[in-house]
Amino acid sequence: MTSSQYKVIGSRPLRPDGVDKVTGRAVYGADVKLPGMLHGKILRSPHAHARIVSIDVSAAQALPGVRAVVTARELPSVGDTVTDLGESVVNLRYMSNNILAHDKVLYHGHAIAAVAADNPHIAEEAARLIKVTYEVLPHVLDGRAAMAANAPILLPDLRTNELGKQGSSQTNVAEHIRHQRGDLAAGFAAADVIVEREFHTATVHQGYVEPHAAVALWNEDDQILVWCSTQGSFGVQEQMAELLQVPPSRVVVTPTEIGGGFGGKNSVYLEPVAALLSRKAGHRPVKMTMTRAEVLFGTGPTSGSYIRVKMGATRDGTLTAAEAEMIYEAGAFPGSPVGAGCGVLFGPYKLENVQVDGYDVVVNRPKSAAYRAPGGTNAAFAAEAVVDELTEKLGIDPIAFRLHNAVREGDRRADGPELPRIGFIETLEAARDHAHYSAPLPGKQRGRGVAAGFWFNWGGKSSASASVNADGTVNLVEGSTDIGGSRASLAMQLAETLGIPYADIRPQVVGTAGVGYNEGTYGSRTTFSTGWAVYELGKKILDEMRQRAATHWDVPVDGVTVQDGTFAHNGDSMSFRELAGQLEVPVSVSASVFPSGFGPSFAVHIVDVEVDVETGKVEILRYTAVQDVGKAIHPAYVEGQLQGGAAQGVGWALNEEYVYDDKGRLVNASLLDYRMPTALDLPMIDTVLVEVANPGHPYGVRGVGEVPIVPPAAALANAIYQATGVRMTELPMSPARVSAALLAAAVPA
Amino acid sequence: MQQFRYIRAHNVEHAATLLLQHDGRARILAGGTDLIVALRERRLETELVIDIKGIPEVSELSFDPVEGLRIGSSVPCHRIYNDATIVAKYPGLIDAASLIGGIQIQGRASLGGNLCNASPAADSIPALIVHGAICDIALPQTRRRVPVEAFCTAPGKTVLERGEFLASLHLPPPPPGFGAAYLRFIPRNEMDIAVVGVGASVQLDESRQRITAARIALGAVAPTPLFVQEAGDALIGAEPGDEAFARAAAIAQAAARPISDMRGTAEHRRHLVGVLTRRALAIAVERARK
Repeated sequence: MTSSQYKVIGSRPLRPDGVDKVTGRAVYGADVKLPGMLHGKILRSPHAHARIVSIDVSAAQALPGVRAVVTARELPSVGDTVTDLGESVVNLRYMSNNILAHDKVLYHGHAIAAVAADNPHIAEEAARLIKVTYEVLPHVLDGRAAMAANAPILLPDLRTNELGKQGSSQTNVAEHIRHQRGDLAAGFAAADVIVEREFHTATVHQGYVEPHAAVALWNEDDQILVWCSTQGSFGVQEQMAELLQVPPSRVVVTPTEIGGGFGGKNSVYLEPVAALLSRKAGHRPVKMTMTRAEVLFGTGPTSGSYIRVKMGATRDGTLTAAEAEMIYEAGAFPGSPVGAGCGVLFGPYKLENVQVDGYDVVVNRPKSAAYRAPGGTNAAFAAEAVVDELTEKLGIDPIAFRLHNAVREGDRRADGPELPRIGFIETLEAARDHAHYSAPLPGKQRGRGVAAGFWFNWGGKSSASASVNADGTVNLVEGSTDIGGSRASLAMQLAETLGIPYADIRPQVVGTAGVGYNEGTYGSRTTFSTGWAVYELGKKILDEMRQRAATHWDVPVDGVTVQDGTFAHNGDSMSFRELAGQLEVPVSVSASVFPSGFGPSFAVHIVDVEVDVETGKVEILRYTAVQDVGKAIHPAYVEGQLQGGAAQGVGWALNEEYVYDDKGRLVNASLLDYRMPTALDLPMIDTVLVEVANPGHPYGVRGVGEVPIVPPAAALANAIYQATGVRMTELPMSPARVSAALLAAAVPA
Repeated sequence: MQQFRYIRAHNVEHAATLLLQHDGRARILAGGTDLIVALRERRLETELVIDIKGIPEVSELSFDPVEGLRIGSSVPCHRIYNDATIVAKYPGLIDAASLIGGIQIQGRASLGGNLCNASPAADSIPALIVHGAICDIALPQTRRRVPVEAFCTAPGKTVLERGEFLASLHLPPPPPGFGAAYLRFIPRNEMDIAVVGVGASVQLDESRQRITAARIALGAVAPTPLFVQEAGDALIGAEPGDEAFARAAAIAQAAARPISDMRGTAEHRRHLVGVLTRRALAIAVERARK
């Protein structure tokens, strides 16, 4: 690579929001305080599935200090409107039902009623005084069990969307989708080796560090003001408008700083309830915060799944056919990420004969929400283990096999679209050539695994505006929640475009009242899409400034050039800063974009493990994440995305799972027993940034945040196999499961 | 959080009298790392919280070569593992005290509280048992002594009766040739509750080649921490080594009555009892020979 063509892009400056965050001064959801503010608390279902016979709120209402009690009766009835939540779609009627249960509770922890009181202790006490009479119904937690003929029905009006046709009978299967191409039978007939395996993955939560928090004020003039921690303030505005049946313009959403979201903070939970309480309590602001237990009980985890994968290859290592069945548990309402899972499953491979069937199935668990490359980790865990087994049976190096079958520009994905310029080959080559891949791994019970991953990424709508200050700095006003360093990555793109220093850009994230429409920060889209908007801003500012310079020199604008932040005409020149100080008419611009040239990402992860075969515990010795990142605007934050994705994938792979008792009650709703990895459970995660520029972006950006969670579980399973000779087909690969598998393997058949 | 009253007791009598007066509606506060969480989550209800940290006797930590170690019931873990004498003499206890919770928890959490919380999975209890610890229980006027292995009666339940509270723990001085260890299995590397905990102690003869006495105690595999006397007794006269350890481990496994819950399966727990008993005995012997 030649020395960089860029001055700012590719450097590693400090983040604009850093000082406030490390000093504790940054305002997060739970930090918002308003005069006269009340505190809300939610009552949740103790049952997995029950009909609500009656709700008596009289005792709660009578408790001194209680200002309002609401139930689903206060929610307006909404029709079957399907809305896009960013990487997940939801039927608003179901969403309303999830916010506060209407006639049935569908999972342990389902919200039923809420109280607003003078302080959180009174609110908590009052919520306990609400008397709910239930008729307990049989429950079902497992996707395949929910598909059985005699399974309890969760939603009486649900009919299967069967390959586009509506079914006629009651069911828990919301949708059956299929991607199909070529001749499966001929493909498998041409194979020398066929591997078919079944896999299970558990329900897991995003585990963002900040619990949900919101303050809402339903004003006397029917304006609804919301302050909350969200991935997208316009998404909150839209959902509030639909759920409360008010015009969107009446809802003003101001986002706070956000302590992680990973897809889980696109949907609203507390916001509409706080608004209803505010209206009922005489238009006083109401604050609601969740405990960690409530986050686990009541907000979206991602789907547990059953996946069957069959793949065939010839002796020379060419894949000839692939087939899969994927059953994803949506939770209590339709909308699992099975569609994305179907696309990720065989995403890395060139396949002529392929069929994937996906099922979206409702079960008595919390409604699933997006989680970083939704559906992808489950899918890759299954497909990449089967690929690993094929390479073993064929005696071909796992990376060589993948290189032989890898998709490249112009190939068609199993789910249809043709691939643009991608960097999968380059990523595989970088993994193959990395010192980790060829390093000796001496010692017993140690093994090295490798796995690949694909993610679509997204573009989406973004708007931003900017104004030039007299001191030559530029205010950048944007509406994309900064969840992974996007203030920095956007300011850097604007600085690069303007030819001025990064430190001269003052980025600020504002709410729905302060900027044009923005989709949320999801789909690995912000640095790409809002970056496009910011690039447009830069060009517009330069155009305006050239005109001002032309006026200043009294020359035609065509004669004014601008390069590296300097305006020039026929020997005269002025820096951006000098010109900014002499502006008679201020310069401010805005831009809105909906770019379509987002490019998919590919990742290859290499991991070394040591298994304590007596206890079943897996220790990670070394981890390397290799990824095509398009162009790393701020390499340190890109590396952080790779490390964070790998860390979450490790947790998903080894210990995280929702555990239920025989009554369908979630029994590990705490971070003590829902075992996310701690700092001591993770090694240093090395990263390799492969930069194959995305032609669909002025600076070559492609999304980087999601694909790093796709390969980890598969890479770990493959490493455990190398260490022990046992193939783990169920997540999490907890010590109990690994130990049981090892003991079973030790018993002669 | 529920409402309660808070009183700081000045002496043992004061605390015991308050307890008697509030018969069943008062709780003792030492470090609070279990109590406050339980009150907040409403797993416990109380009218009164009696803070005993101001009572000199229950805050005392002292070692005497003849009397042994006396640990006041409110002494936090960090004072124990930062004491060089205790580190040298009571290695099994140190193993446990340094892995309860995280570093902030260890700044507050006491072994007395860990014992009175009576969790089957409490890390300190198997360690206290194998060190032969005795509980000193206070009433307004009198005292009584109970071995730690007889203190817990069920999950969250102890032998403490109306008006009684735990004042201190007494551990006999370890003779030469004594070694102990506590091991727990957790799926992560910190911040977990024991899936299984095993304490083991051995007394070696003068040659350090024979076991003259041994104690084995198990955590998280029965409704209370389990002292498996027969597992230790099976080692008397044995030469330390894999064969003897495996014999004791098999007896410990047979004594375990594990359940499956969110923290582990019964099968895995029973299996781990064997693994950890062997490993803990090996460490205890190694320490005894130092």
